[in-house]
Amino acid sequence: MLNDIFIAPFTEFEFMRRALAGALALALGAGPIGVFLMLRRMSLVGDAMAHAILPGAAVGFLLSGLNLFAMTAGGLIAGFVVAVLTGLVARTTELKEDAALATFYLLSLAVGVTIISLKGTNIDLLHVLFGNVLALDDQTLLLIAANATITLIVLALIYRPLVIECVDPGFMRTVSSAGGPAHLAFLVLVVVNLVSGFHALGTLLAVGIMMLPAAIGRFWARDTTLMILIATASGAVASYVGLLVSFHFGVASGPAIILIAGVLYLSSLLFGRVGGLVRQAFPGRHLEA
Amino acid sequence: MSAALQFRNLTLGYDRQPAVHHLDGAVETGALVAVVGPNGAGKSTLFKGIVGVLKPLAGRIERGDLKAQNIAYLPQAAEIDRTFPINVYDMVAMGLWRRTGSFGGIDRAARASIEKAIAAVGLTGFEDRGISTLSGGQMQRMLFARLLLQDARVIVLDEPFNAVDAKTSADLFDLVRRWHGERRTVLTALHDLDFVRANFPETLLLAREPVAWGRTASVLTPENLLTARRMCEAFDHEAALCADEKAPALPQSGEVARAGHSVGEHGVATRD
Repeated sequence: MLNDIFIAPFTEFEFMRRALAGALALALGAGPIGVFLMLRRMSLVGDAMAHAILPGAAVGFLLSGLNLFAMTAGGLIAGFVVAVLTGLVARTTELKEDAALATFYLLSLAVGVTIISLKGTNIDLLHVLFGNVLALDDQTLLLIAANATITLIVLALIYRPLVIECVDPGFMRTVSSAGGPAHLAFLVLVVVNLVSGFHALGTLLAVGIMMLPAAIGRFWARDTTLMILIATASGAVASYVGLLVSFHFGVASGPAIILIAGVLYLSSLLFGRVGGLVRQAFPGRHLEA
Repeated sequence: MSAALQFRNLTLGYDRQPAVHHLDGAVETGALVAVVGPNGAGKSTLFKGIVGVLKPLAGRIERGDLKAQNIAYLPQAAEIDRTFPINVYDMVAMGLWRRTGSFGGIDRAARASIEKAIAAVGLTGFEDRGISTLSGGQMQRMLFARLLLQDARVIVLDEPFNAVDAKTSADLFDLVRRWHGERRTVLTALHDLDFVRANFPETLLLAREPVAWGRTASVLTPENLLTARRMCEAFDHEAALCADEKAPALPQSGEVARAGHSVGEHGVATRD
């Protein structure tokens, strides 16, 4: 019985195994990235960047159909172009970074949807917007796994300067010039993870597997390491449970994963050890001074 | 005695408006210098120039064989994100950057030095506390512990005793005195003149232009302080281009090196 519910879907169906492997790899890379985005108050930057990569993926799609490498390369290029243009405009004009990013990602999104509507059908558009975690082929799976590996290695390399740059940028500037490159490498990781995420979850939901777990972590941990561990773990749990829900109830898998993450998030919001709402409402009697 | 820092006709500022104007002089190695002056006098600007965060509009700062890592800086308003989930221990450990860099491990000796620094500022027992739970005074103690670990030859402190109680500032000043005893060069911006008179052998009185620089007793005279107060604070946006010759000479510095400073590079500060 329990086997039927929790294990059999994955042992019996290969597409479910693939989906699980892909989603877990995705959660592994996206967890820490999401935590740093949140701690840098850049939660919505991920969202904007996810929209920005759409036209690149669309051009890739237009040139070579649902081809993994064309769409990936297109997405990466579009992401980097928007990131660089945003940086340039923010640095040289009166527009601040958020406004500059907003303008470019909206333009990028409009261009992307236009391109898809010129050639593709609505089904293609749905695939790009929402992905299809149940149809991951070998190549895509390899791409996601490679991306997770690279993400973790690069994060390990830049971890210390990145943390110091987040908490005390002024100090970082006086002791080392590693802060800028670390931030840049981090932005590259954001784009790379979003591109890898959109194959499975689509451009819109790829951000969900980044930010929801990060927000969950914030309600349970007071230090960065534990926060990252909790975020990654809850991303993995959401992937597993989400796929099961999708399997048993016949709902779309990408949104199911994000919705499960949403349930975990709402419970953390209510019952979280660090600043959860219930904790705040009933803090208990105060301690001795 | 050799100079740790040498200012040569140094002008620092923002958007061509000078905040420190034609500063000449040397900070001797091992000196304990108070930098005083009204708000807007350019104290913080001078410090940003010393640590290299701000590039001079004209003139230069000679740092000899000092590298950026040998200069430790405590800014007046540290850009610390207090909500960041990091504890006191890790924050203090950042002071070891020069030894560890991005990847270096923290071995037993390093751990001992971190604990010693935390004990020296009286924060033993706070190691695991998140920085968001610290009071203003505790925060300042923590930053001093980090400075201790930086083991810098020049230490620049911008209003380090602002908004901390008497006990804390006395404790922290003991560390400054210790640095002075170790022949480290310490520059400190302060506004408590009695404290400066009691504790600092040397003072630079700044009011955008250097007003006086030398032994504290001869600098903090009523006339000098009045002169400093009269120099206006606000930037004059109608300022004429600076004519070199009007730059004041400094009492201490015999050196005048105006080469390389051409008319038209920045505005002139008015004094009325």
